[in-house]
Amino acid sequence: MSDAQMTSEALETADAGKPERTMGRFNKWDTPWLNGKLLTGAGIILAILVMGLIGRLVWDTELAFTGSSPLNLPPVGFENNRGQVGEWAHPLGTENSGRDMLAVLLLGTPNTFLIGAIAAAAGMGIGIVLGFSSGFIGGWVDGVIRLAADVTITIPALMVLVVISAVLRQIDLVTMALLIAAFAWQSPTRLIRSQVLSMKESGYVRMAKLSGASTIDIMFKEMLPNLIPYLFASFIAGATGAILAAVGLETLGLGPQRVPTLGGTIYDAISAAALLRNMWWWWGLPTVLLALMFVGLLLVNLGLDEIANPRLRKASK
Amino acid sequence: MGRIPAGYLFRRLGIFVLTIWLAATVIWIIPRLAPGDPISAMVGRMAASAGFIENADAIIEGWQERFGLNEPLFNQYLRYLWGCLRFDFGYSLASFPTQVSTLIGFALPWTIGLLLLAVTITFIFGNFVGAIMVWSHTPRIIKALIPFGLVFTSIPTILAALLLLYVFAFLLNAFPMRGAYALGVEPGLSWDFIWTVIYHGTLPALAIILVSFGYWALGMRGMMITVEGEDYIQLAKAKGLKPFHILYRYMVRNAILPQITAFALALGTLVSGQILVEYIFGYPGMGKLIYDAIITQDFAVIQGTSYIVILLTAIAVLIVDLAYPFIDPRISLKGGR
Amino acid sequence: MLDNSPQRTAALEVKGLKIYYETPAGDVRAVDDVSFTLYEGETLGFVGESGCGKSTASMGILQLITPPGRIVAGEVRLDGQNLLELSEEELRRQRWEKLSLIPQGAMNSLNPTMRISAQFRDVIQTHEGKQPKAKLKQRILDLFQTVGLPARIYSMYPHELSGGMKQRVCIAMGIALNPKVIIADEATSALDVVVQRVVAQTMLKVKKALGVSMIMIGHDMGLMAQMVDRIAVMYAGHIAEIATVEQMFRRPGHPYSQVLIDSVPSLTERQALRVVEGITHDPRNPPKGCIFQLRCPHAMDVCRREPPERREIEPGQEVACHLWQRQPDGRYADVRQSA
Repeated sequence: MSDAQMTSEALETADAGKPERTMGRFNKWDTPWLNGKLLTGAGIILAILVMGLIGRLVWDTELAFTGSSPLNLPPVGFENNRGQVGEWAHPLGTENSGRDMLAVLLLGTPNTFLIGAIAAAAGMGIGIVLGFSSGFIGGWVDGVIRLAADVTITIPALMVLVVISAVLRQIDLVTMALLIAAFAWQSPTRLIRSQVLSMKESGYVRMAKLSGASTIDIMFKEMLPNLIPYLFASFIAGATGAILAAVGLETLGLGPQRVPTLGGTIYDAISAAALLRNMWWWWGLPTVLLALMFVGLLLVNLGLDEIANPRLRKASK
Repeated sequence: MGRIPAGYLFRRLGIFVLTIWLAATVIWIIPRLAPGDPISAMVGRMAASAGFIENADAIIEGWQERFGLNEPLFNQYLRYLWGCLRFDFGYSLASFPTQVSTLIGFALPWTIGLLLLAVTITFIFGNFVGAIMVWSHTPRIIKALIPFGLVFTSIPTILAALLLLYVFAFLLNAFPMRGAYALGVEPGLSWDFIWTVIYHGTLPALAIILVSFGYWALGMRGMMITVEGEDYIQLAKAKGLKPFHILYRYMVRNAILPQITAFALALGTLVSGQILVEYIFGYPGMGKLIYDAIITQDFAVIQGTSYIVILLTAIAVLIVDLAYPFIDPRISLKGGR
Repeated sequence: MLDNSPQRTAALEVKGLKIYYETPAGDVRAVDDVSFTLYEGETLGFVGESGCGKSTASMGILQLITPPGRIVAGEVRLDGQNLLELSEEELRRQRWEKLSLIPQGAMNSLNPTMRISAQFRDVIQTHEGKQPKAKLKQRILDLFQTVGLPARIYSMYPHELSGGMKQRVCIAMGIALNPKVIIADEATSALDVVVQRVVAQTMLKVKKALGVSMIMIGHDMGLMAQMVDRIAVMYAGHIAEIATVEQMFRRPGHPYSQVLIDSVPSLTERQALRVVEGITHDPRNPPKGCIFQLRCPHAMDVCRREPPERREIEPGQEVACHLWQRQPDGRYADVRQSA
């Protein structure tokens, strides 16, 4: 609006009713990125991660290995079936092969996060490349990519992963994450493709084209920044899905066996009938940690949704 | 409405066939990339557990012949694909000489039954909750309570299953820990049997419903908010239609359409979740079959069950996609997505 | 064109209507103290630039303001009843029977998943109860004929119709229950020029045939002049001037009306498009005095001090501007000329 550019001049002529002009955002704290859900969710996740990292420094993680501690101790303040009480040497108790639960959780939590992050990042990377190519180049490239996504998106990833893990037996964190990523690229690809298509028609990209910017320039300088809230939301959704898949595989006993993971701990507990022996700390603590983690991720995702779709923001008031 | 455009139909069928072929191929290739073959591993394990097996080499050879493992790879592949088409996955390695298809035949009805029930309830209930979250005539107290119900949404099905099992089966003893029916009851069409099936199925179904209805509720909420801002809702209000009529005929009717597409895409995840629930509850469906096969390293069963689960999911998605033109009148003109 | 006799009866009276939108930095006064009367059988046009509050005012009359907007004060009298005092259920019953809407975006105003016929049926049956199928169908087909729609669209879906057809469907829907008052909110703006003309003519024809009162909202002074009896010029939530079309074009009383009239392209004279200069004020914090002062070429000291009241400068022409001062003989005159 040319009106707005005349502000100062016009204000001088109309000094009587000097209105304070604060158009657009009302102040710097009024950014949509500072919404309650996003902050709470990020806070939960950060707290879990920080505990995992700091915990390693203050607690002896060697205790996470078999036979390092007494067997089947309950957490402090509880009593197990055999009448033993928890001791401070193992505040969260131990399981039936003598691993200290605190050490297991300290090592396992970041591992589970790591799998989610690697898988989501890899899936996202593939999604960005394919989505941009599909939306921007179009033609047969678009056709092939769309077909590939449509064909693979409905396959229950867990089933294929079960087959792969069952064959591989020994699997490490990174391999597992990459396997999961093979089923995590379709959604970001579709999302980015549709966003690119709608953006391609928008005024500013056309202007960039007319002014002779190269395709690569347009893609990364003009379009990518506008996709950031979507990419972020897609990344979180991808990480949630990846952790979900990882925990699923781990609880089936198909996860990495050399390093502790939260799902793997639950698997051990179930196979040792911890439920019937009322060793709730064995499966319960990793369950609660995972649940917290997923609540955090959900909150972050809801918060990002509100950023990408302002209508939701209004409605949540 | 009421007509599936030919282009859409052919593309959709093509994708279906490709999906199945791709999945079957991947399942076939993977074990062949791994060192050693499943048969030798299997016999090796048998030998190890029995101490010594006479003519172990001869047994291995005999089996290899029976499974056609001596033929050229391509022939093996074709034979395998042909088997997939006829649901013939050979013999179970762990419970020889039972056919894999027989095992699946026992497990499948339980899985389909539980899945249909749980997923239908989830979808209807979730969308209902999402709709009334947005509707302006919903009592405030209900709107305030709903978010608490969504807490479970974010948790993986398997964790909800564990918690339910612990609280309701172990601590409260209100529901059975394992199985699909009481052992003393003769399976059949008797009230006793139906009752025991419902009794055993409640917790597994609840686990699925609890964790996934929130997903649909949140999706529906988003769609309802979008639809609420549409001009036709404003006109419907100006027309003085009854609020409930506007809710279901104008808002829900339009907001549910993208949810149905999302439903097709989420089926894979739902099935995976169910597989894990079955394993936790020892429910005699595909999930338990797969878990047992993993424990006994019965590769033939893993392969067969994976294939069937993928096939069923693809069929379900196909049905939803083909039903879509009947639900959204706009699609018959557009053709394709 | 207009019967100026005082015994005209009011179809709709709006008094002191205030509609504010809540924002973090304070309320935006979208409609601020708007009063006017719509007489029976007349067509009143509302013009003004986008954002001046004309659509908000019409939504306020229909009681369709949604949060963050809210009606702060005012009265909307229809048939002697204040619509703002009715309960939700009473209001729902009155809607469409007495007051209908031809919406701004006809493109999206029809439910995409319902056949055209069903959308007529639900409004008729909601208000008049169940009816025999054949009779109902005949009634809908008659409505189609009134607005020049072919009978074949009866069982079609909205996406199968052209823009002009959808707009006619909305007109037919608007008259389905023979309302007292119809509000046409930029009903033709989204259409291309040729269709716009045909639809506008349809609307006028229908209006004449039924003898309803009508509020037409638009931004094109030229188009408005051909369709309405009186024009209300709105600026920043206020009515700047109300006058008959003839008065408005002969001697616009408000400087803003002048600006709008000057922007009507003329076939006979060629002239550069006049851009309205000056800035608009912050709508959350309107200046003291006249709302138009920042853009007014004639702003005086008094304009910055106190808001002008709307005064009838001649029978039928009401203006809210300090330029018009009462003379000793009781008439109003433009101070620019008397000075």
